[in-house]
Amino acid sequence: MNRRLLLAAPFGVALLGGGAFYAMLRGLQTGSFDPRGVPSQLIGKPLPEFQLPGFSRADVLAQKRPVIINFFASWCVPCVDEAPTLMALHQRGVPIWGIAYKDKPAATQGFLARHGNPFTNLASDEPGLVAIDWGVTGVPETYLIDAQGIVQWRFVGPLPDAAVDGLSKLVAS
Amino acid sequence: MIPELGHFALALAIAFALAQAVIPLWGAHRGDVRLMQAAPALALGQALALSVSFGCLIYASVMDDFTVLNVAENSHTLKPLLYKITGAWGSHEGSILFWCLILGLCGAAVALFSAPLPASLRARVLGVLALSAFGFELFTLIESNPFARIWPAPDNGRDMNPLLQDPGLAFHPPILYSGYVGMAIPFAFAIAALLEGRIDAAWGRWVRPWTLAAWCCLTGGIALGSWWSYYVLGWGGFWFWDPVENASLLPWLTATALLHSAIVVEKREALKIWTVLLAIGAFAFSLSGTFLVRSGILNSVHSFANDPARGVFILGLLGLLIGGSLLLFAIRAPLLGASGVFAAVSREGALVMNNILLCSITAVVLTGTMYPLFADLLLSQKISVGPPFYNATVLPLAAPVFVAMAVGPLMSWKRTALMPALLKLWWVALIAAIVGIVATFGMNALPALFMAAAAWMILGAFADIIERIRLFRIPLGSSLSRLVSLPLQAFGTTLGHAGLGVTVAGIAGMSMAVQEVVLVKPGATVHLAGYDWTLQELHDAAGPNYNARVATIAVRQDGRLITTLAPERRAFTTQTMTTTEAKIHTNLTRDLYAVLGEERDGAAVLRLHDNTMAPLIWLGALVMAAGGACSLADRRLRVAAPKRAAKSDAVLAGRT
Repeated sequence: MNRRLLLAAPFGVALLGGGAFYAMLRGLQTGSFDPRGVPSQLIGKPLPEFQLPGFSRADVLAQKRPVIINFFASWCVPCVDEAPTLMALHQRGVPIWGIAYKDKPAATQGFLARHGNPFTNLASDEPGLVAIDWGVTGVPETYLIDAQGIVQWRFVGPLPDAAVDGLSKLVAS
Repeated sequence: MIPELGHFALALAIAFALAQAVIPLWGAHRGDVRLMQAAPALALGQALALSVSFGCLIYASVMDDFTVLNVAENSHTLKPLLYKITGAWGSHEGSILFWCLILGLCGAAVALFSAPLPASLRARVLGVLALSAFGFELFTLIESNPFARIWPAPDNGRDMNPLLQDPGLAFHPPILYSGYVGMAIPFAFAIAALLEGRIDAAWGRWVRPWTLAAWCCLTGGIALGSWWSYYVLGWGGFWFWDPVENASLLPWLTATALLHSAIVVEKREALKIWTVLLAIGAFAFSLSGTFLVRSGILNSVHSFANDPARGVFILGLLGLLIGGSLLLFAIRAPLLGASGVFAAVSREGALVMNNILLCSITAVVLTGTMYPLFADLLLSQKISVGPPFYNATVLPLAAPVFVAMAVGPLMSWKRTALMPALLKLWWVALIAAIVGIVATFGMNALPALFMAAAAWMILGAFADIIERIRLFRIPLGSSLSRLVSLPLQAFGTTLGHAGLGVTVAGIAGMSMAVQEVVLVKPGATVHLAGYDWTLQELHDAAGPNYNARVATIAVRQDGRLITTLAPERRAFTTQTMTTTEAKIHTNLTRDLYAVLGEERDGAAVLRLHDNTMAPLIWLGALVMAAGGACSLADRRLRVAAPKRAAKSDAVLAGRT
């Protein structure tokens, strides 16, 4: 019996390994697993103070519900890629607030006219200083702020379609 | 039209593979000889269809057919012809098709050379090969079709990554892939043996040449990759414990273990279950390597345009292949059971020791490669595992391998004493000690120790031959006649073991390497490692698809011109990427290595290296591969062997 168990061990190990790799691949698709990513220092911390033309930290906190904040720019090609995903989230009633990073207001408006406007609120960070405070590494970048104003999650790059379900559930609950 | 032909040929290959998987396996199960005999012809058909398919891809690439998406994304009209051809396996889609092609060719090789094999074993081996080929060909067709069209076609292609436009890398994938894919053959033999429920000495004799051939290719492929990173990336290093490098090292270690344990199966009919597991393991690691590189899970310089959806398909495929074979192993391996007995101190014992150590190294490297991923998945922690970990864990395990390597071949089968073997090596130990002591004058204690180990391994490898020809104990003439009649396999072992020694010497010698980054104006001279490096001039040059800046550096020693190096910095126009082209002067014991960096105010940044003994690293790998080839050429391993063995078995049976 022991011998049989021993001979079945490689199968067991392969099974566990396969399961773990599947979890990683799923995570890659939904954005919960990112082997390349550098963890954000903001996770688990309150939103830093900011005041932008459009909205401020106080406006976000006043919501008393989770909010998604998306850094984007009209000059950014991956943002074009991401636009349909954000629209899908918007249609599910998820509040997305946009911060246009180093972008001229007119150009931002043109971008939203071309690719749709998923944003409940729109702010402009033309000098890019707020992005530095947040530790934004590039556009697009997405943050999930909970009802208490704590940063819960960050995603670098265009949001994958597979993230829509998870995010809308998270924000709804 | 041609791409459609290629597409069709690919589909045809899948049909062949399915037939080749189902008919012979069913035939072997039912004992129907006619069904079993269909296998070789189907294998040849599959290989032919895949060759046509890959030929069409090369044709599309050479003809600059930018209506083919794969060509448009990876080629350019200005790309040199060589890279248009080799670019066919440079992209993800092309390389997967190429992978299938090699698997198909392996199947054809088995079909051609396996006629003396028992009919059912032959049918099963070919069936299992086809089963794995079927999965990968299906993946190519569904998830990464290299013949997909794009319309409207772009005016020109996007060109290949300039780093890959290099003759070394042009041939790195085919050789490495032959090694990876070649492991499918021992795997197929292992699965066939599990299905048959029987393993004997003949099985070991059959598996070994195929493993050896794949192992030679894998050794060559890894060495070529390492050499490429040494001279193309321009960092002057040769091994970075990069996850993808590790992914190629894992099957190599497992295959090395398999190579040795198969000897025990062949000679003593022992270690059968273990050998089967190693054969499955070597192929499983080859496959997982491909999967990890392509799924985007591993961070590496080797990343292809990765796509998690593709990853899920490959993972499913691997799950079926590896999971299925290990499940079969769990169910059927107990049947293989009882085997020849041997004492702990014997040749068999030494080979078991080799297996334990090699598998421990495999486990350590696997842990180091996977730990960051699992830490991220389970603990959400970002950890990176680098050279310090591997140096601390692999070296202590490698040291006993080095020591045992020289002793093992001198021990006799079944039962022996350790002392006589050690006594035969007294002169080797003496010379190794002297080498070690001399080395401490030039380098630190640890590299000096490895220098001594290298001497021990190289001389120890020859000690076996010296023993066998009884050199200096019988007249020289008789020794020479003994040398001529030695089986080639003996030289194979010697070269294989000595090759590793040469590589270790190179790695230890690299600890004496010196480098310097300097900012010099044309005309100025730098002193480094006893050489005078003079930057003579800087000029522009035009290449086929790049513009280059070339520095001319004269290297002199005591006023005598040693060489003139012309390192380049190339700006590729289509990919807007700059690469550095290091230039190396080698005399096989040291590399003089120069890289041209940025320029400022008329002065250029130069990185100059004097890499002592660096060439030995790759030379050693070459010697190892040559040892494998030598062993492969041995008559005893060739096709007629099982027949003769069967006869001698009959003789033995008659005697009892």
